[in-house]
Amino acid sequence: MSENEPRSDGGVTQESIFGTDEEVERRRTPPAERARRAFDFYIATPFRVAWSDWRTRIGGVGVLFYLLMGTVGVWLVPPPQINEGPYYLQPFVDWSMPLGTDNLGRGVFKTLVHSTPAMMKMALAGIVFSIGIAVLVGMIAGYKGGVVDTVLMTIADVFITLPGLPLIIVLAAIFSPQDPFIVGTIIAIDQWPGLARMLRSQVLSLREEDFVEAARSIGLSTPTIVGQELVPKVAPFVLVSAAGAAVAVIFQSVALYFIGVLPFNSFNWGVMMQLAYQQGNAISAPGRAGHWMLFPLLAISGVSFSLILFSQGLDRVFNPRLLARHSETVPEDEQDGAGDL
Amino acid sequence: MNYYIRRFAQAIVTFVVGMFITFALYRLVPGGPVEAIIADRVQQMQQRGQPVDTQEVGDMAEQLTGINPDTPIPIAFYEWLRDIILYQDFGESILFQDPVFDILFRGMPWSIFLSVYGLLLGFTATIAVGVFMAWHEGTKIDSGLTVFVLVMRSIPYYVAAIVMLSVLAFQWGLFPTGGRAPPAATPGFNVEYMVGIARHAALPILSNFIVGFAGGAIGMRALSVRVIGEDYLRSARLRGLGTNRILTRYLTRNSILPIYTGFMLGIAGMFSSNVITEVIFQYHGVGWFMLEAAVSQDYPLVMAAFVFFSSITVTAILIADFTYGLIDPRAGTGASRESF
Repeated sequence: MSENEPRSDGGVTQESIFGTDEEVERRRTPPAERARRAFDFYIATPFRVAWSDWRTRIGGVGVLFYLLMGTVGVWLVPPPQINEGPYYLQPFVDWSMPLGTDNLGRGVFKTLVHSTPAMMKMALAGIVFSIGIAVLVGMIAGYKGGVVDTVLMTIADVFITLPGLPLIIVLAAIFSPQDPFIVGTIIAIDQWPGLARMLRSQVLSLREEDFVEAARSIGLSTPTIVGQELVPKVAPFVLVSAAGAAVAVIFQSVALYFIGVLPFNSFNWGVMMQLAYQQGNAISAPGRAGHWMLFPLLAISGVSFSLILFSQGLDRVFNPRLLARHSETVPEDEQDGAGDL
Repeated sequence: MNYYIRRFAQAIVTFVVGMFITFALYRLVPGGPVEAIIADRVQQMQQRGQPVDTQEVGDMAEQLTGINPDTPIPIAFYEWLRDIILYQDFGESILFQDPVFDILFRGMPWSIFLSVYGLLLGFTATIAVGVFMAWHEGTKIDSGLTVFVLVMRSIPYYVAAIVMLSVLAFQWGLFPTGGRAPPAATPGFNVEYMVGIARHAALPILSNFIVGFAGGAIGMRALSVRVIGEDYLRSARLRGLGTNRILTRYLTRNSILPIYTGFMLGIAGMFSSNVITEVIFQYHGVGWFMLEAAVSQDYPLVMAAFVFFSSITVTAILIADFTYGLIDPRAGTGASRESF
């Protein structure tokens, strides 16, 4: 594999001490051609690989559906109003209220759609918080080693030791959070230590690799090595973990709203289930209020199914061997060796 | 040996630090238990038209929670910990008006009962299904089971619990709708009571089984596929060993190793998720008490339940670390690495 082609492992050389052929080659290539290659390599090829796998295809469409529901859907569907229909209307009877109504005559479908943004905010806060801390702690601990590693891992151990759900329940009882962003952050509090430990162990094996040793021996700084050599290697794992964290946050937040630990002043799927259980007796008398609880349940299962499928398939998007086979700008004869770096 | 002592000390330190963080949080945050109780009482008195004596109300709240706001947090924490270790005194529950230790001690066996059975069933199924999928790798059985496992994983366990409770218990009446034991039966070793316990525990254990099962099967499959490719497995087959012997002795035993740690961590996770299961089935174990306490700001009971869950987690992780070297001799105990 020659140096002047885009490399199929996703590694990009940005800092170089000696001039290479690469720069000469780059000057010769017209900008339009470079842009086309970059587009093919970073956007079109991953998309093609993703689309070729049924898991990513179904999962991606599912995730997109929920994203649209939380953005465009809220704008299209009017917010639910009290007494806009009869109480406890069964689903699929009146098509202006497709999923029936609850105990105050609000449309279940409308409530469902208007609950999505709250769920998305919680998941987003959870992802940003847990993945951010995990990457920071895991990468630094793994690469630096020594005292830094011991200190950071001891902190992570303390948080692993605290039992997840009981801790969240205690925190929820202390803070009584209502803002979805804060709820998401609290729920994600038991996610980061495990991730940080896994990232650390990945970095531990990566730091012994030849290319890291080479980078170190030519005197590149630690931030450069971590940012340019290590981050691209662990990016797939981080992305897959982000999907996992989102699923965990959604699962647990709904559970906590359902059992009534978290206070609420707006709608989300867990709140709907809680109201259906408390006020509609949906569990003991599903004939009357069952639909009020069933549809949020389906929505949760659907979003977690999409996310899990999507993250399973994402593993393949980052597999360099597959990338080369789908790429248009990597010549045929070089594709056999791609990924053997 | 040195490693074991250091690891044990580390476990104790993490436990104490974790407790201290939670303890301090409870004190520092505005709207903590003492203030909540004071506000509650003041409101009650104002409604009745009584004159409000702040000092008196403050004293009463102190007595109820066992918290003296004037004591510095580290000293208060030391006293709290000392009472627990020396006298098993967790204070008195505000909600149930009973010593906290007695309440939790009565709930503990039930929680352990649910968690242990759910976990054992779940892990057995995980291993069996994972190895089975790997053995039939690439066939229709494999892809069919993969889809099934993925669907199982996407359904939260409490959803399964809710559906089972609604259909099996309320609609068809096959199982009781909540509680730990039939109220009519006399506790003890008699058939009626034992059968009653089993019937009451069946649905909670089944939903715990789903928690344990869903996560690991795909990972187990990947591990087993890797072992199938090893040379010793091929030579075992060439030696003409029976399929059953290869499956149990060679394949399963070697692919279980990496998930052993996961199993120990799973114990801790199982006790945690058991909180939700117990609430849904109105099963009065530690989790149910913890939730009731959290909702009604019963501070001593919440902290004690939290100690219970934390000690289970610490012990499980410690045992996992200590025994892993015995199970897999290739794993050393804390390798030395250079630092840069």
